[in-house]
Amino acid sequence: MGYEAAPFYILGAETAKMSELDSLRSELMAAVDAADGLDDLENIRVSALGKKGRITDLMKGLGGMDPEARKQAGQALNALKNDVAAAIEAKKSASADSELDAKLAAETVDISLPVRPEREGLIHPISQTMDEAIAILGELGLSVAEGPDIEDDWHNFTALNIPPDHPARQEHDTFYLPGQGGEGGEEDRMVLRTHTSPVQIRTMMTSEPPFRIIVPGRTYRCDYDATHSPMFHQIEGLVVDEDTHMGHLKGCIIDFCRAFFGVDDLPVRFRPSYFPFTEPSAEVDIGCTREGGEFRIGHGDDWLEILGCGMVNTKVLENCNVDPDKYQGFAFGIGIERLAMLKYGIPDLRTFYESDLRWLRHYGFSALHVPSMVGGL
Amino acid sequence: MKFPFGWLKEHLDTEASLDDVVERLTMTGLEIDKVHDRAKDLKGFVVGHVTAAEKHPDADKLTVCQVDDGSTTHEVVCGAPNARAGLTGVFAPSGSYIPGTGITLKPTEIRGVTSNGMLLSEREVNLSDEHDGIIELPDDAKPGTPAADAMGLSDPVIEIEITPNRGDCLGVRGVARDLAAAGMGTLKPLDTNPVPGAFESPIKVHLDFDGETGNACPYFVGRFIRGVKNTESPKWLRDKLLAVGLRPISALVDITNLMTMDLGRPLHVFDAAKVAGDLRVRLSKKGEKLAALDGTEYELDDAMTVIADDNGPEALGGVIGGEASGCTEETVDVFVESAFFDPVRTAMTGRKLNVMSDARYRFERGVDPAFLVDGMEIATRLILDLCGGEASAPVIAGAEPNWKNDIGLRLGRIESFGGLKLDKAKVVEILSVLGFEAQDTKVDGEAALTVSVPSWRSDIVGEPCLVEEVVRIHGYDTIPAVPMNLENHLPQPALNAGQVRRSRARRLLAGRGLMEAVTYSFLSGRHAALFGGGADALKLINPISSDLDIMRPSLLPNLIAAAARNTDRGTADAALFEIGPRFSGDKPDDQDMVGAGIRSGQSGGRHWNEAPRPVDVFDAKADALAVLGAMGIAVDKVDAVGEAPGWYHPGHSGILRLGPKMILAHFGEIHPRVLKDMDIKGPVCGFEIFFDALPEQKDKKSKARPYLDLPQFQPVERDFAFVVDEGVSAAQVLSAARGADKKMISDVSLFDVFQGGDMGGAKKSLALTVVLQPTDKTLTDAEIDTIAEKVVANVNRTTGGVLRG
Repeated sequence: MGYEAAPFYILGAETAKMSELDSLRSELMAAVDAADGLDDLENIRVSALGKKGRITDLMKGLGGMDPEARKQAGQALNALKNDVAAAIEAKKSASADSELDAKLAAETVDISLPVRPEREGLIHPISQTMDEAIAILGELGLSVAEGPDIEDDWHNFTALNIPPDHPARQEHDTFYLPGQGGEGGEEDRMVLRTHTSPVQIRTMMTSEPPFRIIVPGRTYRCDYDATHSPMFHQIEGLVVDEDTHMGHLKGCIIDFCRAFFGVDDLPVRFRPSYFPFTEPSAEVDIGCTREGGEFRIGHGDDWLEILGCGMVNTKVLENCNVDPDKYQGFAFGIGIERLAMLKYGIPDLRTFYESDLRWLRHYGFSALHVPSMVGGL
Repeated sequence: MKFPFGWLKEHLDTEASLDDVVERLTMTGLEIDKVHDRAKDLKGFVVGHVTAAEKHPDADKLTVCQVDDGSTTHEVVCGAPNARAGLTGVFAPSGSYIPGTGITLKPTEIRGVTSNGMLLSEREVNLSDEHDGIIELPDDAKPGTPAADAMGLSDPVIEIEITPNRGDCLGVRGVARDLAAAGMGTLKPLDTNPVPGAFESPIKVHLDFDGETGNACPYFVGRFIRGVKNTESPKWLRDKLLAVGLRPISALVDITNLMTMDLGRPLHVFDAAKVAGDLRVRLSKKGEKLAALDGTEYELDDAMTVIADDNGPEALGGVIGGEASGCTEETVDVFVESAFFDPVRTAMTGRKLNVMSDARYRFERGVDPAFLVDGMEIATRLILDLCGGEASAPVIAGAEPNWKNDIGLRLGRIESFGGLKLDKAKVVEILSVLGFEAQDTKVDGEAALTVSVPSWRSDIVGEPCLVEEVVRIHGYDTIPAVPMNLENHLPQPALNAGQVRRSRARRLLAGRGLMEAVTYSFLSGRHAALFGGGADALKLINPISSDLDIMRPSLLPNLIAAAARNTDRGTADAALFEIGPRFSGDKPDDQDMVGAGIRSGQSGGRHWNEAPRPVDVFDAKADALAVLGAMGIAVDKVDAVGEAPGWYHPGHSGILRLGPKMILAHFGEIHPRVLKDMDIKGPVCGFEIFFDALPEQKDKKSKARPYLDLPQFQPVERDFAFVVDEGVSAAQVLSAARGADKKMISDVSLFDVFQGGDMGGAKKSLALTVVLQPTDKTLTDAEIDTIAEKVVANVNRTTGGVLRG
């Protein structure tokens, strides 16, 4: 489609007729209206408003007119120019919209297609349970201490009031290493710590009371079956000051158990027991039910043992150069795997260390699930 | 330790029910393991007498029995080979439920004969796995009597766990004493009246020790009993032993076992005819041998207590007796031993020879040193009653070891240590029922008791022991719980800086898509060697398996092995990490905390839009840098240099270093040879971050961040491509470009690497974007050109790189 230049006479004559401008307007407006697509509209714009466009040409002609006629014709031409330009813009925008709509419609994808793969990482239940225990016990004013996995006999046994011939030693199924420790001569063999308790000794020997520590860590016993693993984890607690007694021990443990299992009225029972490093000693049970083959914590009239504790044996304090006439306190030890198994219904101890991705996906925890007393466990 | 309820009541006068006793035992520290209701699976079954038996007319192996149940006679078809007329067995009438098979009986026709009920085997009532024949009861069992009564099984058996300090409760009487103290009745008196001696023992006892070893056996009471008949024990004794899991052997042996179980007083009986000369208690000589009653010959060292005659050792004191001088059915004269053996030496002997016996178990936990004579009198009476004969006067060697111990107990300690407020009368009452004697006294002006410890409680050595006794018997459940004293402060952070870092690293790595694993601290020597480990000092002497005998030198091998296992299970492409210790020696400082991770196989699963790629060194580097960044390390100051250890691919690995010495991490692809040795298909990349080597975070005085001065002017970007020698690292070029104008250049990044083309093999092209950040005015073209020239010049000067034409 082409547009001829408007006949010069329209404005060339002083008697230019407004009706001729009207017909140019009608012609251009019709062309805009009929235009098909952005390219078409651009052609119309150039032919009318471009450097050599018809309206531009007419504007050029204004120079030769007398002032009165020029004013009149100028106003009319300007109005025409503005109207045509506006019509082109309006049509352009409408056209662009519909072209975009058509383009988008043609681009439709199957949104049921799967997203780009992302790997899912999760926190191991041992770490999560450890963090939960630390969150609770931290709230009770205890802070974390650590020590070596390879210990000498003295720190692991003798200092904890388990002398070489103590019957309790046999229950520990100790792993031995060839080396010797420093303190006890020939009897002082290197061992894999059988509990996290030697860290109590190291802490008491290198700092001053009061002591308020928790000791999470790996522990080892030479035993492997459905309920024993050669490596497992414990968290140990030690609170020693001038007046902590068994009532505080009960308060601490009851608070811990109830917070950990999230059962406010969880029954907690203390039974007398024996550990060489505490006296009096207790084992702690929590209430549960096993009725109908279903195990539940916090209800029913059955009991389940979950930890051992007691007042720190005065011999242990003496071994660490802490004056037992002035200081006293309690200690406790908890098996982390046992807690995790009970709380999260994990049936088999050995599966914790197999790194089976199917297991880890099933029992793992989101990285964002950071246990805290404020945010909940 | 187990005993029937009725046996307990022989020592304890009580009206308490089984349930009450069980509850009380648990709450005094004698933890119930189990209560065996042996009659449970015998309910409804009675004694049946087979009055007649005939072969089944149509089946060779079946017998048709007429069974009298005391009221009527039932016809029963029985398949047991021992079914016969005259047998007395356990009869289950039609309609009863058989616990061992889970079947409810109904009249059944078996090849034309109707069977009305069943004669039971032990397996069918869950007594044992015995199913070769039906149970045979003594002929005097009366038909119609409940089977549990006739079998002596109606009394439930209580099984308790005795903690190592409570040697006194390894006899039923000791348990009864604790229960009496806890208000469950009263302890009955024990008849220890002496049996007069009729003659002098022909066997004498000598304790052959010097001063240092005298405590091995300080006290020995013996007695010669002549003319005994060592028959089968009576039913009451056999039932008792069976109830506690012991096999009745002969009256003499059974009596010693009864004394052990009932009173915690182990005894040994020698056949006097087989003893040559006197008995001498002494330390063993190295190389001596003893053929023991368990059928094993033990070779002794020079530190074990033996009871020897002229022929050599006849028994290991407190551990096990010898075969040669043991009693048999032919035994006529016996010599009975009631001795005190040192707990430590007994334990050592037992452990060295690996013998566990009921005697050793008690001696090493401490038997009552004041009960040797009384024990002997009780045993003598039993032997005379069951086996006849005549007893000599006791033979006594040595003397009772001094067990007397007086301990001060400040009454206030019950509350300030035990957390329980009790008045003096209650404290004294509890102690006295347990056998302690208490006298008023004062300690440091404080009301106190002087408490004499009874001979059977060698475990009580100090004031806390006494507090425990009182509180334990009164009940831990009566101690009021007191909230922890936070000293009116909010708690301090529980974690130190290093622990916080590890905790963050853990959650960061999981967030990056790695699954946390927890693996053993030990591994096989083969795997340890691949990762620079395997030192002798880190080899376990007693591993649970030879695959788990070396402390790990690195966390990588266990993670790689885990990836291989997952591949075998059908889950390829693992991404795993672990945070834990590695070991370079056996001293405390030889252990450090490491965070390690691996990615194996492809970067992800197959996808319709994005193809996965094999994992590589840059995955590992990204993981390591991300962790270091989260640890507060200035990652732009960390150098990556290619000096990783030998288990990494030599050209695709490196270390991350801060300054010339501080090695923070290793990363890279695992060496293909290592992967082959570990039997896993590659590629596998991994990293190891050494938490203990990271610089400590400075504890700043103020948490406030520095003032943020945001530039008002647009940054300007200029791209450069430099051709450098192949050996020049990207880091060198980036550093040179950045250093060209430290004030104006705010960032330099690398966006392309090109090698080959017309540059030749030994050259490469690196394309960089340099960002200029004006601070006080917009830069003119001339100024930009000046800086660009500085960049080119500096790169050329430090790396030899030239702008690509």
